[in-house]
Amino acid sequence: MKTEKKSIRRIRNRGKRLDAWQLLLLFLLLCLTTVLGTIIWTMPENTSGLTDAVARLQEQSGVESPVTAVLLNFRGYDTLLEVMVLLLAVIGAWSLAKAPFSGQAADTGPVQMGVVRLLVPLMFLVAAYLVWQGSHLAGGAFQGGAILGAAGVLLLVTELLFLPAIPALPLRIGLVFGPLLFVVIALFCLCLTGHLLGYPEQAAGGLILLIETACAISIGLTLASLFAGGHPEDDHPQSVNPTEHSDKEEWP
Amino acid sequence: MITTLLYSMTGLLLFAMGLFTLFIHSHPLRKILAVNVMSTGVFLIMVATAYKPMPLGNIDPVPHAMVLTGIVVSVSVTALALLLACRVQETSNLDLLERKKQARIPEESRR
Amino acid sequence: MNPFQLASPTWMISPIILPLIAGLLCFLLNRRTFAIALAAAVANLLAVCFLTYQLLLFGPMRCHMGGWQPPLGITLRSDGPAVLMLLMTAVTGLAITVYARGYFSHRILNLRQATQHQEQQRYFWPLWMLLLAGLNGLFLSNDIFNLYVTLEIIAIAAASLAALSGKPASQLASFRYLLVSLLGSLTYLLGVVFLYRSCGILDLDILQHHVANGPGIRAALALMSIGLLLKTALVPLHFWLPPTHANALAPVSVILSGLVVKGSFYLLFRLWFEIFTQLITPSALNFMGTLGAVAILWGAVQAMRQHRLKLMVAYSTVSQLGYLFIAFPLSRIDESIQVWSIVIFMALGHACAKSALFMVAGAVFLHLGHDRIKDLNGVRASLPIPVFAYGIAGVSLMGLPPSAGFIGKWLLLTSSLTSSQWWWALVIITGSLLAMIYVFRVMSRFFVIPEDYSVTTSAPLSPLLEWPALIMALISLFLGLAASWPMKILATGNTALTQVFPGGLP
Repeated sequence: MKTEKKSIRRIRNRGKRLDAWQLLLLFLLLCLTTVLGTIIWTMPENTSGLTDAVARLQEQSGVESPVTAVLLNFRGYDTLLEVMVLLLAVIGAWSLAKAPFSGQAADTGPVQMGVVRLLVPLMFLVAAYLVWQGSHLAGGAFQGGAILGAAGVLLLVTELLFLPAIPALPLRIGLVFGPLLFVVIALFCLCLTGHLLGYPEQAAGGLILLIETACAISIGLTLASLFAGGHPEDDHPQSVNPTEHSDKEEWP
Repeated sequence: MITTLLYSMTGLLLFAMGLFTLFIHSHPLRKILAVNVMSTGVFLIMVATAYKPMPLGNIDPVPHAMVLTGIVVSVSVTALALLLACRVQETSNLDLLERKKQARIPEESRR
Repeated sequence: MNPFQLASPTWMISPIILPLIAGLLCFLLNRRTFAIALAAAVANLLAVCFLTYQLLLFGPMRCHMGGWQPPLGITLRSDGPAVLMLLMTAVTGLAITVYARGYFSHRILNLRQATQHQEQQRYFWPLWMLLLAGLNGLFLSNDIFNLYVTLEIIAIAAASLAALSGKPASQLASFRYLLVSLLGSLTYLLGVVFLYRSCGILDLDILQHHVANGPGIRAALALMSIGLLLKTALVPLHFWLPPTHANALAPVSVILSGLVVKGSFYLLFRLWFEIFTQLITPSALNFMGTLGAVAILWGAVQAMRQHRLKLMVAYSTVSQLGYLFIAFPLSRIDESIQVWSIVIFMALGHACAKSALFMVAGAVFLHLGHDRIKDLNGVRASLPIPVFAYGIAGVSLMGLPPSAGFIGKWLLLTSSLTSSQWWWALVIITGSLLAMIYVFRVMSRFFVIPEDYSVTTSAPLSPLLEWPALIMALISLFLGLAASWPMKILATGNTALTQVFPGGLP
């Protein structure tokens, strides 16, 4: 009994007092931070980075916002891979578990429903505006996608009944739509101009907007599916073997 | 100049704080949060790098694009890590229960 | 310019785009995912062969993404080392694809938990294809930030794959793996920020000429190296590797051990010996060499002490990675191209041998239902082909002629003796002896057939599970005989190498 109490006290104190190793670690980290800080402090600030290069080529990029130009034109390949990272996270999440829906209607109050009814369409509008705005000001696919994702999260926390019933196929199509369109346009540009993602100069603005719209939809869906935390009910492979007779886990 | 430095130093401090937390705490949620704080620190330094003092008068868009990429990557990794941590929590608890049950059975049969 | 003519550098994107599209399709479609993946793996191999041919004809090439020139745009580059790594990935990748098919169909047919295995297979293909795309992107990329993105693709895909088996142990290991690789990429990213702050350039070719001996660049190199070392699992940072590799599904272990670790190592090596060559001091090289030596011995001793076959193979990976780092201090007197040849040889040989070993371990596991080393008696009688593959792969790990491991170790030994750094030679020889012990420890079990032994009646393994292992083992064996081929590829565009072996290869 006594030892139990002691161990409980020790567990409670664990977060508060640091032992020798932790102090040593703290000291080492402080040294590291100081060294890195000094290096940053003394670093000459003469390089202008790639500002000039971007400014020079801005007109050929088809968009007015320099960030969007870098993101989708000059370094579009990075963005292509990054969209894949998002999709990979969803595939990874789906491979882990089934989405934990309770299956019953939650007791949502009228205020909550009202908020959802008001906010969700508004969020769609804001997302569309952000994507469109991306061509000349701050904004773009990721910002729009984030708002869409937030709308999805709002729907998910309301536990609306139709959400668990969404079949897997349209969801998968929605998730893959943006990345696939990105790749297809990249290859299309390869055929036209001889460079992957080398947009023809007149069509650049339109193609970028198209990619951004598709990606925003897919990113919104991606974020919402990540929040849902697993694969939908009916996302199993073609033929389920009926000879499965035991639920007993067999861990090799 | 001072603004850039201030942001960079804060970023560095965040990085170190995250690293410290990552090492000393064992709870998965704290670890994930620590990594998040670390990545925020790196992004802060990056954004500070993009700032150019007045004579040039412009921002450098390349670090901005890089930060956007980084944020997206960090969001997706965080989501995956959280899900994994949940799964670990569930399955390890199940495993523990199972083991306890198995440990109890021989005792009972002995009686 | 026509992108489809023979000399066009645009072909370089095909090893990235093909698996990428395959991954997307595998996720989108529910059926025939294996056919898509197999087609992509074969097409990838063909594309890489074509790139090799192109390299031999026209020399190293650059491909500018979107047609934007370097300081701003992203560049891909194909040269000798990159193409050899691509070849390694493509061949191993094809073998893994075939093996994984056999593995999953065996489990779906023979075990009770068919649904679970079908689900695993469903998500395995897209993850694996995207991982392949990420690896190819890493080997080809010439942009320091783009490399970060490919590293992240690899990290997420690898961690998801490692968790695929659904066992609590594997999920815990995978969680740790995800955190570690995240920490590694963040440290790398911090290094990139430092680099960009001091140089304002992301392209490696230009960076090479801008590297001055400033504290900012040195800090950047240190941070990037630490991040990559964490991902490569050099000894003090190797704690995550054995549980992750040993608890994953067998095809996933092959991917992780054979390919993923090589990705970050390749990047580290390129940074040290191509980009930041001026900044490297002898003490830094010796430090890496020492860590490598510790890794060889520690990994081998741990491998000898394991009770499970897969854990033993995983620790042997820790040990074999040490050889790659021992090449660092030996670069001091020779021109760096010789180090390239050593490292590439060790990496190629290890990739083939280690994938064969993990494939065998998976087959043994499926056959017996466990992989405890002390109960492996008599496997030879029921699984002759995998045991044969195990033996051959073991030969390559020990470094007996004519395997690729032998050539790599021979080069290491000669250069350590000619540079009068005999202590490295001592470590290499001891490591090989220890490797012999841990390989034979299992081998002897395979051949002991107890008196009351009867060939077990469990379902026979499909040839898909046995032959890829044997083929990979044979490749690792005969790579040593065909050593002039990789050397020729490596030497293309590099006149220095032709003088390295004036009298031909050993």
